[in-house]
Amino acid sequence: MPPAAPSQRDLRLDLFRGLALWLIFLDHIPSNVVSWGTIRNFGFSDAAEIFIFISGYTAAFVYGRSMQERGFIVAGARILKRAWQIYVAHMFLFVIYMAEIAYVSSSFENPLYHEEMGIFDFLKQPDVTLIQALLLKFKPVNMDVLPLYIVLLLGFPPLLWLLLRQPTAALAASAAIYALTWHFDINLPAYPTGYWWFNPFAWQLLFVLGAWCARGGADRIGRFVRSPVVLGLSAAYLIFAFAIVMTWNFSALAVYVPKWLSEAMYPIDKVNLDVLRLAHFLALAAITVRFVPADWPALQSLWLRPAILCGQHSLEIFCLGIFLSFAGHFVFNEISDAVFMQILVSALGIAIMCAVAALIAWYKRIEGRSPGSRSKSSDADLAGGEV
Amino acid sequence: MREWTAVAVAVMTCVGAAFAAAIAFGAGSAVAAESADCAVAAHLAVAEYPLPRVAAAMDQAGGLDILVMGAGSSTLAGPGGADLAYPAQLQAALSKRSPALKIKVATNVRTRRSAAEMVEGFEKLLMEQKPALVVWQSGTVDAITGVDPEEYRLTLEEGVEKLRGGGADVIFMNMQYSPRTESMIAIQAYADNMRLVAHQLEVPLFDRLAVMRQWSELGTFDLTGATKKLETAARIHQCIGELLADLVLDGVKIAREQANPPNSSPAPSR
Repeated sequence: MPPAAPSQRDLRLDLFRGLALWLIFLDHIPSNVVSWGTIRNFGFSDAAEIFIFISGYTAAFVYGRSMQERGFIVAGARILKRAWQIYVAHMFLFVIYMAEIAYVSSSFENPLYHEEMGIFDFLKQPDVTLIQALLLKFKPVNMDVLPLYIVLLLGFPPLLWLLLRQPTAALAASAAIYALTWHFDINLPAYPTGYWWFNPFAWQLLFVLGAWCARGGADRIGRFVRSPVVLGLSAAYLIFAFAIVMTWNFSALAVYVPKWLSEAMYPIDKVNLDVLRLAHFLALAAITVRFVPADWPALQSLWLRPAILCGQHSLEIFCLGIFLSFAGHFVFNEISDAVFMQILVSALGIAIMCAVAALIAWYKRIEGRSPGSRSKSSDADLAGGEV
Repeated sequence: MREWTAVAVAVMTCVGAAFAAAIAFGAGSAVAAESADCAVAAHLAVAEYPLPRVAAAMDQAGGLDILVMGAGSSTLAGPGGADLAYPAQLQAALSKRSPALKIKVATNVRTRRSAAEMVEGFEKLLMEQKPALVVWQSGTVDAITGVDPEEYRLTLEEGVEKLRGGGADVIFMNMQYSPRTESMIAIQAYADNMRLVAHQLEVPLFDRLAVMRQWSELGTFDLTGATKKLETAARIHQCIGELLADLVLDGVKIAREQANPPNSSPAPSR
């Protein structure tokens, strides 16, 4: 059965969010040969940018309509309910993570890795670790995206209120927060030291940009984005980024990067959404909307349906992907990490994500709430996930 | 995009056949070839920058004092562990390669110590020991405790300045490759920052992460096995000591070439 496609739903969003979920899964399995094919190895930005932007877009699309129809209080309550769901999902993943490291700590001993075993110190003081995790200050590796999304949603109601009245002012306010964040080094604290890996005060810019596009911004700049000048600049920038990233992969090429350029460019700061990363995402987006129109026939084809289904149930599939990446790495260590096994685990993981997405779609259909329908409980899926 | 998806779907349709093959292949490749030489990773341990203070010490003082500044993975536990660990192996390898020189490798190693905590002790150590070379190993503890990567980068810069100001050359050493804990410790940002500082301040980098990954991928050493025995760990430290000795002599060679450029070829510009 084809994915639900009411006229107002842009299947491109689901498609690219689904693909981003696959990439996040692949990237989160360490030493996975398949992850060499993901976009982070071809440019500055990665799947996280795609995900946050599309999440902002869908959140504004769904909750914006809700706020117009039912008012600030009701829409705000729905947004906070969504944030709560994501918090619960995050804590569920945290428990799985702790189970994994507890298992490894009790089964693995090697004099070579005395220092690395320091990671298990968290297990020795569960009182502190659990409380810091509940406060979203202690976040294990690769579990930073959901906390970012929770904070973004907590700040979203007033932003959306402004966006519905003065879209340009809302975008300007967001850009101002981004600039102030860079200037004053603002970030949320983490446990035991340091700060959040995805600084919400910086990454909100991408989320708000997505939201702004959903509330008419895309139409306003559509012509500009499709102009030959912007396309040319975007293509040139993508090629430039590709060339630079190649010098990371093949260090012999690094000598061809002039010193002044590397001093101006590095470090490329993921924590604070470096301007180079943002520009790379925008260039990718400009090229994409030019060559993938909303009425692209392939969006209805069988081939793209798995990715679209994953994108339509993004919170569930995101969590599943994180779990599967833990499990995949576990398989590498316990059974084999041969290249063949890496390809197999990657393919199986994506197949499982697609199968579960299809199952959720089926379940929701028999419950009478297909994604994109206007039934009252559909908004969470549309706004989805988020990351 | 269409191709990408087609590839993914095609891969999935092959899953059945792949599964059987993976079991056959996987079982075979899991057995590591312990006898292979550590030199398979030698191309990953090459000095890109000169070590002028080391060259001067070797030429003028006829000896070389090295200090290894590190944390848990600079040593091996148990009786005799320190003698098996890479600092002692470095001393042995350098003495073998330059028998006329008096080589002394001292260590300042304490577990669970961040880079910033190490920098605090630099001035005192430089005064007391006056090493011509400091091998500075850091990153794992910073990654475990989640030190801000930007702060880590600034700490490395500050440390290099202090060490050079105190008359010592610096070699960075990054983290171990640890497949078991790879999904639990986010070391990449710290390794990237170390490489960045190495390039900007022209510090030779011993890329232990890449070297050990190479050994693991080629099956030279089994890094996933659980064991209490020191054998493999000792052999790995011996290899690290030997490759590190090569890197030191490499940096000396570059320094000498820069000091006395041969007429036929210009000094390496990097």
